[in-house]
Amino acid sequence: MMQLLSEIFSYGFLVRAMVVGCLVALCASLLGVSLVLKRYSMIGDGLSHVGFGALSLAMALNMAPLAVAIPVVVVAAFLLLRLRENGKLRGDSAIALISSAALAAGVMVTSLSSGLNADVYSYMFGSILSMGEGDVILSLVLAGVVLVLFILFYNKIFAITFDESFARATGTRSSLYSLLIALLTALTIVIGMRIMGTMLISGLIIFPALTAMCLCRSFKGVVLCAAAVSVFCFLGGMILSYAIATPAGASVVMVNVGAYFLFWLMGKLRARTRI
Amino acid sequence: MSAALIQCEDLALGYETGIAIRHLTFTVHAGDYLCLVGENGSGKSTLVKGLLGLLPPLSGKIQFFGLSPREIGYLPQQNPVQKDFPASVQEVVLSGCLGRRGVLPFYTRGDKARAAENMELLGVAGLARASYRDLSGGQQQRVLLARALCATSKLLLLDEPVTGLDPLATAELYAIIKDLNRAQGITIIMVSHDVSCALHDATMVLHLSDKGMAFFGTAEEYHRSPISQPFLRCDCVGHHNSHVCDASCGGKSQ
Repeated sequence: MMQLLSEIFSYGFLVRAMVVGCLVALCASLLGVSLVLKRYSMIGDGLSHVGFGALSLAMALNMAPLAVAIPVVVVAAFLLLRLRENGKLRGDSAIALISSAALAAGVMVTSLSSGLNADVYSYMFGSILSMGEGDVILSLVLAGVVLVLFILFYNKIFAITFDESFARATGTRSSLYSLLIALLTALTIVIGMRIMGTMLISGLIIFPALTAMCLCRSFKGVVLCAAAVSVFCFLGGMILSYAIATPAGASVVMVNVGAYFLFWLMGKLRARTRI
Repeated sequence: MSAALIQCEDLALGYETGIAIRHLTFTVHAGDYLCLVGENGSGKSTLVKGLLGLLPPLSGKIQFFGLSPREIGYLPQQNPVQKDFPASVQEVVLSGCLGRRGVLPFYTRGDKARAAENMELLGVAGLARASYRDLSGGQQQRVLLARALCATSKLLLLDEPVTGLDPLATAELYAIIKDLNRAQGITIIMVSHDVSCALHDATMVLHLSDKGMAFFGTAEEYHRSPISQPFLRCDCVGHHNSHVCDASCGGKSQ
């Protein structure tokens, strides 16, 4: 085991992927708690498909991937919220609409320009080779911003997640905080999807929150537990992926699935012993 | 009569799609227990939004005396998200103090003491560490009342507080609300479908219809007025304040 770890840490690109991934996993789990509880679980999925469309476009136009993807995904996040708030489209259908449209557009653009090649495959399912120095700095900044904002607005995020009408009645500008959460989610997804892949990044948002909810009974407990589970599962998944040579994103998600069942079982057992 | 808290004058409220309420004139005095009744679509929810300051008046005005709209202790209708929400009772009650925190990010010791006091008052102090999702419907409503009291010491605005409660829990909640009004001197505005039962404790009634304000006056006047008759079919009128009556009415309203 120790030998395996020292092997992993001797590769610069693996260390970079570990650092970026842990930070993204941390941010995703914090945001995920609020998103899952507000019945916004699928927003991660929708936004990552938009991200795929944007990355394909950037590749076709020979532009820097993040410079295109970040603004496009942020705009999509705002749009999804607006659609839901106006009540013109139900939240889940709006997400399904936008995500399949963006995925189709991405596939069209790539097949017209370069054809579906290895680069596209790595966008779909993630690649740890894609992390450069710039990504490390960007993810450090992002993680810092998400953490600081999350701690500062923790009580407000709890209030609008639990009961938006009460929060608004006592003067909390709930739409502002919803926008903030959407913005941070968009950034987290764009950075995380390159390791995890378009198809799998939403697992990083949903699983830790649901896992924590099996056992924890307070909001603070859920948040702390989700953060710990997320980082732990990411590291576990990376080691697994190195050991048995499987794609990183899929391995991380599978470790999360394992953790979910473990917590679910523990929750069931605890409920039984209490009776 | 005691001092006015809220005064509405020729108030009209509505949305882009049209006017929901017009020509509404009434006054809420400190210590009142006002019951707000009316059919579906008569604008009860719209008036609640107006009172909370979430919907600006189209014409007319709402005036507050010694009270800001943020200081209204609001008990919203239950929303489905809350049913399986992992939050401790203390976290929920404490979030009632959020309004008075303004831009400051964290709760003070004073806020925590206030939350503890209100949990004590509503008999949920023993549940402080319990999870909200594990509570019964009646306990959940008491927790939300404690939260509302953290936001106010003057006025509670309750939106259909007994929806979904069993008859016993309904009677219990009405008793608590009555006690808050009579013993703690907190002004109550309650939106209700359950007209006859709600009226036992109310001192004032505001009846909205789709044509506008149909009635505003004391509860006794309302009982005598022809407009109340279709809503008072419940047999228990006359058995004022008996728990048996509350229970039977609660059962019928389900």
